[in-house]
Amino acid sequence: MTEIKGDIVVDQKTTMTTNNKVVLDGDNDKTVGEPFVENAKMSMRHVNVFYGEKQAIFDVNLDIASNQVVAMIGPSGCGKSTFLRCLNRMNDTISICRVDGKLFLEEQDINDKKMDVVPLRARVGMVFQKPNPFPKSIYDNVAYGPRIHGLADRRSDLDEIVETSLQKAGLWDEVKDRLHQPGIGLSGGQQQRLCIARTIAVSPEVILMDEPCSALDPIATAKIEELIDELSQNYTIAIVTHSMQQAARVSHRTAYFHLGKLIEVNETEKVFTNPDHSLTEAYITGRFG
Amino acid sequence: MDKLNINQHISQQYNSALDDLKTEFLALGGIVEQQIIKAVKSITDVDVDLAAEVMAVEKEVDKREIVLDDLCTQIIARRQPTASDLRLVMAISKATRDLERMGDEANKIAKMAIAISESETLPHGFSELRNLGRQVQDEVNITLTAFARYDVDMALQVVDKDEEIDREYATAMRELITYMMEDPRNISRAMSIIWSLRSLERIGDHAGNISEQVIYLVKGLDIRHKTADEVAEQVSQD
Repeated sequence: MTEIKGDIVVDQKTTMTTNNKVVLDGDNDKTVGEPFVENAKMSMRHVNVFYGEKQAIFDVNLDIASNQVVAMIGPSGCGKSTFLRCLNRMNDTISICRVDGKLFLEEQDINDKKMDVVPLRARVGMVFQKPNPFPKSIYDNVAYGPRIHGLADRRSDLDEIVETSLQKAGLWDEVKDRLHQPGIGLSGGQQQRLCIARTIAVSPEVILMDEPCSALDPIATAKIEELIDELSQNYTIAIVTHSMQQAARVSHRTAYFHLGKLIEVNETEKVFTNPDHSLTEAYITGRFG
Repeated sequence: MDKLNINQHISQQYNSALDDLKTEFLALGGIVEQQIIKAVKSITDVDVDLAAEVMAVEKEVDKREIVLDDLCTQIIARRQPTASDLRLVMAISKATRDLERMGDEANKIAKMAIAISESETLPHGFSELRNLGRQVQDEVNITLTAFARYDVDMALQVVDKDEEIDREYATAMRELITYMMEDPRNISRAMSIIWSLRSLERIGDHAGNISEQVIYLVKGLDIRHKTADEVAEQVSQD
């Protein structure tokens, strides 16, 4: 079955199969599953990434649907974080990194060199592996973005943004009485939620999360996962995670990367019960990694 | 087993846990299969000792069912299996229940053998019983082999065969009803045969369920409650 979308032709399944699993053929390693969706918030086409001479991402095509959570999984060094960092031009900070291809945020190609990355990063926010609050008060951490982007004219507007952001991040009740204490005084899980509050304070459309729970304990992880679910009602989320169970718990769709190639994209439900590709199967069942 | 590469996990303990699970399941399958063979023989040969042997195994089957359930629970709790591993655990969890029920039915047949041995004249219907017994034993054997080999084609054979068994059962029932209508004094004797036929038919259904689990395990397809044609189409499409 072949689907044609724009100028891209993708085989839904390659012809070579054993035991209903698609086998990776060196010359025929197109992405299996359904990389494209109807209501795409972001659409990546023919994305190739190079670090100097070395190619890290090979011709990746992927849509991220509005108000959905896409999880990117794969072994270390498979390029999932590199790919995530393309989505708000974070790779610009690495001098030897070159990103080719088209990356659309709605209709706009964000990989266009003329694109101003500052407003882009307000639209596509990012949460990192380790909580990294600014050495400022809890209030100022959240208020920082709205201030520099000029989103609030009056103090009362700013107060409101801070409160609603902290509420959306599920942190308000825990910090409302100590808003002016330093953010780094919070626990790891609270700091990570503060970083999420800081990200959503500038009303992004997309939130990128790069292993947001890997430094957190299971309870803090559960709270962040719960938050991801709530946030997906208003935001589009792409998350890179090493925890397959986390991908299974939080995402609507799962993308499996292997050696810089996007091997399979499918509904999460399908990926974890009956993946199309033998490599996906091998990885999620713990046969290599 | 290696068609699904169960033995290739990074964790050797995980490999052996899944291996143990499958071995335990097939061991229970073997015991129940023997129970069925002996139960049918005990009734057609009116062999009370053999019937007692069948009934003695019931406790062992129950014990093994519990062990299997526990193994499944442990794997889910400790390993959070996914994809084919998850399907294996789910399939065995469900199929174990079917095996235990098959054992129960074999037990019922053995009880009927004892009941028949106590009556003065032997009832009609032995040939039907022998016929259906042979078919059901075949079906059980193919099912367990299909499970051991992860063989979808064999599993599909069972799904087909089950309809044949249902037809055979209906024919045997008609015969026996006629026999009872001829002389109401035949009724109580014939009932023992009817119950046994009914048990065999149920065993066939359980074997069919296990075969459906084999298809789920290998193909990831849920073919329950579908007609044979729909099943064939679904499997060939995949």
